[in-house]
Amino acid sequence: MRKKSNSGRGIKNRAGRGKKKGNSTKTGSSTMGTVKPKVDVRVSPEQKRGEVKMENIKTRKLFEGKITRKAIVEAFKKLSPRHMIKNPVMFTVYVGSILTTGLWLQALSGQGESQPGFIFAVSLWLWFTVLFANFAEAMAEGRGKAQADTLRKSRQEVKAKKLAKADKDSKQSEVLSGDLRKGDLVLVEAGDFVPADGEAVVGVAMVDESAITGESAPVVRESGGDRSAVTGGTKVISDWLVIKVSSDPGESFLDRMISMVEGAKRQKTPNEIALNILLAALTIVFLIVCATLLPYSIYSVAASGAGSVVTVTVLVALFVCLAPTTIGGLLSAIGIAGMDRMIQANVIAMSGRAVEAAGDVDMLLLDKTGTITLGNRQATEFIPAAHVEVKELAEAAQLSSLADETPEGRSIVVLAKEKYGLRGQDIQELNATFVPFTAQTRMSGVDIGKRMIRKGAAESIEKYVKDQGGKYPDDVRAGVEAIARRGGTPLVVTEGKTVLGVIHLKDIVKGGIQERFAELRRMGIKTVMITGDNPLTAAAIAAEAGVDDFLAQATPEAKLKLIRDSQAGGRLVAMAGDGTNDAPALAQADVAVAMNTGTQAAKEAGNMVDLDSNPTKLIEVVKIGKQLLMTRGSLTTFSIANDVAKYFAIIPAAFALTYPELDSLNIMRLHSSQSAILSAVIFNAVIIVFLVPLALKGVRYRPASASKLLQDNFLIYGVGGLIVPFLGIKFIDVILVALHLV
Amino acid sequence: MTSNQWLQIIAYFVVLLALAIPLGIYMGKVYENKPLFLSKLFGWLEKLIYKLGGIHPEKEMDWKGYALSMLLFNIVGGLILYAMERFQASLPLNPAGQSAVPPDLAFNTAISFITNTNWQFYGGESTMSYLTQMAGLAVHNFLCAASGMATLVALIRGIVRKETKFLGNFWVDMTRGTLYILLPLSLIFTMILIQQGTPQTFGNTVNASLVQPTSYDQPVTTAAGVPVTVDGKPQMTHVVVTEQPISLGPVASQEAIKMLGTNGGGYFNVNSAHPYENPTPFIDFLELLAILLIPAALCFTFGSMVKDHRQGWAILAAMFLLLAPMLYICVQQEQAGNPLLNKLTMGTHGETLADGNMEGKEVRFGIVNSSLWASITTAASNGSVNAMHDSFTPLGGMVPMWMIMLGEVSFGGVGSGLYGMLAFVILAVFVAGLMVGRTPEYLGKKIQTYEMKMASIMILIPPLLVLVCTAVAVATGGNGTNNPGAHGFSELLYAFDSMSNNNGSAFAGLSATTLYNLMGGAAMWFGRFWLAIPVLAMAGSLAKKKAVPESAGTLPTHTVLFVVMLISTVVIVGALTFFPALALGPIVEHLKMVRM
Repeated sequence: MRKKSNSGRGIKNRAGRGKKKGNSTKTGSSTMGTVKPKVDVRVSPEQKRGEVKMENIKTRKLFEGKITRKAIVEAFKKLSPRHMIKNPVMFTVYVGSILTTGLWLQALSGQGESQPGFIFAVSLWLWFTVLFANFAEAMAEGRGKAQADTLRKSRQEVKAKKLAKADKDSKQSEVLSGDLRKGDLVLVEAGDFVPADGEAVVGVAMVDESAITGESAPVVRESGGDRSAVTGGTKVISDWLVIKVSSDPGESFLDRMISMVEGAKRQKTPNEIALNILLAALTIVFLIVCATLLPYSIYSVAASGAGSVVTVTVLVALFVCLAPTTIGGLLSAIGIAGMDRMIQANVIAMSGRAVEAAGDVDMLLLDKTGTITLGNRQATEFIPAAHVEVKELAEAAQLSSLADETPEGRSIVVLAKEKYGLRGQDIQELNATFVPFTAQTRMSGVDIGKRMIRKGAAESIEKYVKDQGGKYPDDVRAGVEAIARRGGTPLVVTEGKTVLGVIHLKDIVKGGIQERFAELRRMGIKTVMITGDNPLTAAAIAAEAGVDDFLAQATPEAKLKLIRDSQAGGRLVAMAGDGTNDAPALAQADVAVAMNTGTQAAKEAGNMVDLDSNPTKLIEVVKIGKQLLMTRGSLTTFSIANDVAKYFAIIPAAFALTYPELDSLNIMRLHSSQSAILSAVIFNAVIIVFLVPLALKGVRYRPASASKLLQDNFLIYGVGGLIVPFLGIKFIDVILVALHLV
Repeated sequence: MTSNQWLQIIAYFVVLLALAIPLGIYMGKVYENKPLFLSKLFGWLEKLIYKLGGIHPEKEMDWKGYALSMLLFNIVGGLILYAMERFQASLPLNPAGQSAVPPDLAFNTAISFITNTNWQFYGGESTMSYLTQMAGLAVHNFLCAASGMATLVALIRGIVRKETKFLGNFWVDMTRGTLYILLPLSLIFTMILIQQGTPQTFGNTVNASLVQPTSYDQPVTTAAGVPVTVDGKPQMTHVVVTEQPISLGPVASQEAIKMLGTNGGGYFNVNSAHPYENPTPFIDFLELLAILLIPAALCFTFGSMVKDHRQGWAILAAMFLLLAPMLYICVQQEQAGNPLLNKLTMGTHGETLADGNMEGKEVRFGIVNSSLWASITTAASNGSVNAMHDSFTPLGGMVPMWMIMLGEVSFGGVGSGLYGMLAFVILAVFVAGLMVGRTPEYLGKKIQTYEMKMASIMILIPPLLVLVCTAVAVATGGNGTNNPGAHGFSELLYAFDSMSNNNGSAFAGLSATTLYNLMGGAAMWFGRFWLAIPVLAMAGSLAKKKAVPESAGTLPTHTVLFVVMLISTVVIVGALTFFPALALGPIVEHLKMVRM
């Protein structure tokens, strides 16, 4: 498995917030060795606490004036039959509105089936029902569009310096970014905008990607490795890069993002289709119920010899009230809003299907480094050999690490300083010679005069000591084993042939991560830690972090196999990844979140991109997916439960003249037949507007077992859905009477 | 309700449960092809049937093959039955000399008996020959019951199996279901019936001399059937009756499967109110048990086949809870009787008539047994009666109507009841699954677009048939009703409710017309097979899926909460569909009665 030497990758944003320490710049090859090590600033305060929390979730105000105004206009535009036909439930309401308008016109000419005023009122509110549903959809789309507009600003046509070959100094020609094709080579220098998506092939540069990520701190992009991908629309702020263009115009990452956000490519997701079928079936049932009421009414009038046949207006009103208009009107808004919530969490989903699948995930694969543990190991303990003072060991360890720029090395210096008050000394002042780590010796150290201090893996040091004729003590060997068993990495320190002791390097599990895993377990999601460590170490860290399972000594093949096997067992797997070697696993996973800092290959393979490049975001992604389904389910339940009250309002009213006895069913004691029918229709329309915020925000979600969630939502939306309309319809009836509208 | 009444009902359900559990587990073994005690006795017969039919029992079918076999089998069976009715006059075993059944009635009856409806627009003893009764109707009582169970079993296999397209062999399921379940049970029950006095004979009708002759006045008609009037009044003749013809026949053998197979088609016109069909209180109790026995036992078959008995219990609980309050209303309403009659005093001591509504009921059975029978015969799609539902109080009569309207899923027909209920389970799981934020799944199988399509068809078809057929009937004048007004409407609504949902009980009071015969026949056909085919299609789709392992995120489908959810789904769908129609029928009738 690829070793993650870059501490900044996984947790860049956390470290970068406020105090950017520039650790992402340190790994750049061009800066290596020129930066003087400063031992005390390695970790930011936040990183030290290792908190896992969600930040950077921008929240857009629910009703922004501009978007709302635009949505109102859009609601009318959407009245075209071509648009209406896409939503079968609302289309029936639309037809009902046209029908009642016709009946009203007929009534105006004096041959109506009822008073024109009443028919007009019903017709008007049916139109409102349609408009309100259109408004809900337009609101959701508007919020997406606002996001897209921000993105679009960064997609201006820029002049690009096209190169003949992959060499900075080769022949340049100036072309427009829109004319670039896949495979073209371009040069970007400080101050230039990157003209298209591509792969850096030569050079290293600082790039400001704030246009895409909203993150102001610049990031390093360099040729080769996992950080070679550049995105069109970002700006180079220092140095230069030669880029090989990887997409044709209109197919770039940004283009896809915009079209996703705008909902232009929005396809109905599988659950949405299934729900649509159910809603269509219910609509057909209610259509038949209302249509057959006409002959029933004719028969009843003839049989009882009293009253008049129920009017078409009343039947249309009854039908619209019964049809699942609440959920039907809000369904597409809910889908768009789900996508929008992903964007607000800084995750771009490449399809709605992926968002929905996120809710179904039952297994999460998480990389150890950067996700479960802080980016790197830290020294936590000095264990001296027999007859050696711990301070002596600490001092030697610190000296050997002064010039060691690796995070591990620096943590040794910090530990010695914090625990034993040993101040870091300047390596030049000491006149010391740094002995760097090589693959042959597999140790590093320092020579100060005659003192030769070395630190390294146990086997290397043992060999080093024995070669000099020294003795490798048993207590040190025991210490090494103990550390390995606890999941740590032992580093043995020796001065000459005298072994001084062991340094315990430990993976630091992020604070708060255990709670998150417990949360996931409550949600029924299994977590699997992926690590290149040996099984012993992996097991210890897995236990400490509280993951359910781990995959040790993971290779890309092993990862892919794990995903395939789990999927064959019926599980839905989610994972996050950023490297090219993650790409096969990302492509195989059901929900694959690629880090924005990752390679183009990883981004292509995934079905979501996390702009914050925070692997813990997977948990948020799952939440948003679940919330989307829950909102649909809850509003469906609410919509159907509502019908009971509407029956009690309309049925006695519709047949009051034929069978006055049915007034016993008017348990709300509504004022008159007309006020009862009108109140039900008005309630049915207004409830859509009231539920728009819920549709856009989604129902509240907290991690709990399925039973508990069902219980809560059944009580709120099922039982609530039974009661609310009784109160609402009565309330509207009282107002109508008070205003003398009926 | 008195404690005696409670006791009768509680005793009934306790005994039912005690019998259903072992039977259900046994039936699971039958359909899982496990060795049985009975296969030692009848194994040779099973093998012989396969050999004669050219059946390869080990060769399984996909859903289309299964559905095609099931459909073909029923169509051919229906055609034979139709022919038998039409030609019965020239066929043997017709001592009473019954003439050919008219085409529209024969059509209606043939479909009625292959669809497990057993709607009867005829009186058995005055229409059908012994051969038609025995080799036609009784045989189909077995076959349609076995066919319903086979369809259910295919669905269960679809849920249990993983990543396969095979659902079993229809012919094997039919053979084993008949041979090892229906025949042995019927055999035992027939023996008990004969012992208790039910006739089983080929002997002709017997004429008995009345101890006390009765007489009545009959209008005189001309040869053309026009009443003769004298001074504007019809001329009457006095008729004295001294003899009564007593119909006989192979009653016991047909009675057993009629009760066990949720068929309900009586040998005699008055069904189980007839002393030969229902001779003693003991038989009455056994017949009541037989109505619900197999439908209840199938819940345990389901539990044992899916290897989770809690699932079976949950469905059984939902079925029972759908029935229990309705049963209470029925008994309570019948016991309360008609308030208008209750107000009348008789005699000089001010005694009232408040002994409940006994109109249309057998005095041998009384109110509780009649109400219990009415409720469970419509909960299950049996449709036999021991009292006339037409004469129940408005709300008491609404109970059987309502139980049918739920789609025959509270117990329901053998096989068809449970597969209908499973369609509602899938609907409930779908909505509940969305509410917990996960693609819905039932017993590890994901419920997706295709399943929803099929479940929607199953839930859509029966109410569509009921409402549209009733609308056509009232729009064409609502002929044949026995009562005017709301009650007449109830008679029509009940008839098409009963036929569309394959129940077969009659509100009575409605006379057959050619339109009703034909329309009802179509309703029965679609009500049965437009549900059975989607069931098999769904089974095929489920069988192909992988199973999702259970986790804390999985919605449990055996909890009290889920049972409540399931009941709510069934009731809400039923109520939303039928409330307006019920309001114009029994509800307004009731309100009129109490307000008068």
